[in-house]
Amino acid sequence: MGDITFSVLAVLVIVTAFWVVTSRNLVHAAVALMGTLFGVAGLYVFLYADFMAAVQIIIYVGGITVLIIFGVMLTQRIGDKMLVQTTMPNRAFAAIVVAALFVALASLIFKTPWHRGDLPEMDGTVSIIGNALLTRYLLHFEVAGVLLLLALLGAAYLARRAHG
Amino acid sequence: MTSFTDSLIKGLLDLGLVPGGSAALALVGAVIFLGVAVFLLIALNALIAVYFERKVSAFMQDRLGPMEAGFFGFAGGKRFWGGIAQTVADALKLLGKEDIIPTDTDRKLFIIAPFIIFGAAFCAIIGIPVGYGLVISDFNIGIFYVVAISSVGVIGIILSGWASNNKWSLYGAMRAAAQIISYELPIGMSLLLVVMVVGSLQFHDIVAWQETNRWFIIHSPFTVIAFLIFFLSGVAEVNRTPFDLPESESELVAGFMTEYSGFRWAIFFLSEYANVAVVSLMTAIVFLGGWLSPVGGLLRTFSVADGWYYLEGPWWGAFWISVKAIFLIFVMMWFRWTWPRMRVDQLMYTAWKVFIPFALVNIFLVGVWELLFA
Repeated sequence: MGDITFSVLAVLVIVTAFWVVTSRNLVHAAVALMGTLFGVAGLYVFLYADFMAAVQIIIYVGGITVLIIFGVMLTQRIGDKMLVQTTMPNRAFAAIVVAALFVALASLIFKTPWHRGDLPEMDGTVSIIGNALLTRYLLHFEVAGVLLLLALLGAAYLARRAHG
Repeated sequence: MTSFTDSLIKGLLDLGLVPGGSAALALVGAVIFLGVAVFLLIALNALIAVYFERKVSAFMQDRLGPMEAGFFGFAGGKRFWGGIAQTVADALKLLGKEDIIPTDTDRKLFIIAPFIIFGAAFCAIIGIPVGYGLVISDFNIGIFYVVAISSVGVIGIILSGWASNNKWSLYGAMRAAAQIISYELPIGMSLLLVVMVVGSLQFHDIVAWQETNRWFIIHSPFTVIAFLIFFLSGVAEVNRTPFDLPESESELVAGFMTEYSGFRWAIFFLSEYANVAVVSLMTAIVFLGGWLSPVGGLLRTFSVADGWYYLEGPWWGAFWISVKAIFLIFVMMWFRWTWPRMRVDQLMYTAWKVFIPFALVNIFLVGVWELLFA
């Protein structure tokens, strides 16, 4: 059962991710990205990380994807949906970067000592995450909070300036 | 505690209905069965809710159809069942309509968009209990799951507006996106306050807390404010009057669903009423004591024999939660047929300058209240 679930999720993630990079229509790519993010949320559930899965859906699917589609809709070029890559000279450089990234990721995947076999069954991760955030990782938590506040203030300031 | 899924799997295995007694097959069977059940529930809910809405609007605005329409030979008129044929006629008309996909639409997205909205509503219902243990799947992160999965529906709205390739639809979609993203924040914050007091995200724990203490709506002055913010933001989340700017028939000609017809349009309708039910059930569970009886043990006290035991238990709880949710649905319909629509700037003002600051201060004050009195 577990193998089947994992395979279905993995196929979903890979197929939609492939669709994201090959689609020439930005909105179609965003919808495909939604499928990828859902698949990853499914993988989290599969690993007993229920809270992470819900966070993944609310932030990435409900937030980032909406923002991307919203961004596309707000641009002036709603009419011409097709995007064609025109900057040929960058292709060779891009290929080198992608190859390097692939090698780095692949070596990392093969070096990591993965946990094999069944996971111990967990009963909810919310309290564990909450305790960790407010004790050991308190500084990181606060820094992230201040950073978000700054972003919010900055956005409000820019929007106000634009109005004149 | 067992959920529907667990008991169904156990039942299927115990009765020997699964070939080879395979647990995996039983799970697949249970999932299909419950999926069909939830779909029927959504359809039934829409059927009754539409009838209810037309009745309420007819009473408030003196409309004839929903008050007097009858079946063949089952004459309507000014009797108490008058108008009972209205929704059936509406549904038959909808299903019989031609399915039109305009030429210049983005065909793929046009087709999947309504199903994204429907899927989000469908998945949200799965996590909501309607009585002690009466839940399709009992999540540890119940409340958070429902909020998270509901946030996906807006993608369907934006896509349907964009794919229609129609300026009214696009306007409707943009308004919907801005509105739903804005009102998600006060909803999250007012739920956060409840979660803070209870210390759990699970619906059962929240109701259990209200059973030992008191309902959240009367818990403290700040939870009353939270209840109002939550319910009004919920009305905004499901795009109903006075927050129905994405649809606004009179200016945007139904907004994001302008180009949809027949069955596809019916999907929008099913999802809208499913979402109305989700918001009402959430409000009932979180603030109004869920499946707890408002008269408490009163009935048991006055009954002579122990024969009254069936007034307790999960099904009796399902009755009470239904009463509460139906009342909230009625309030939403009441809003719709008596209030005018807000302007876009008023809508944004309400969310960002009224609800969110109040909800933020509320979280702090409830913390103080709990430290002082709990």
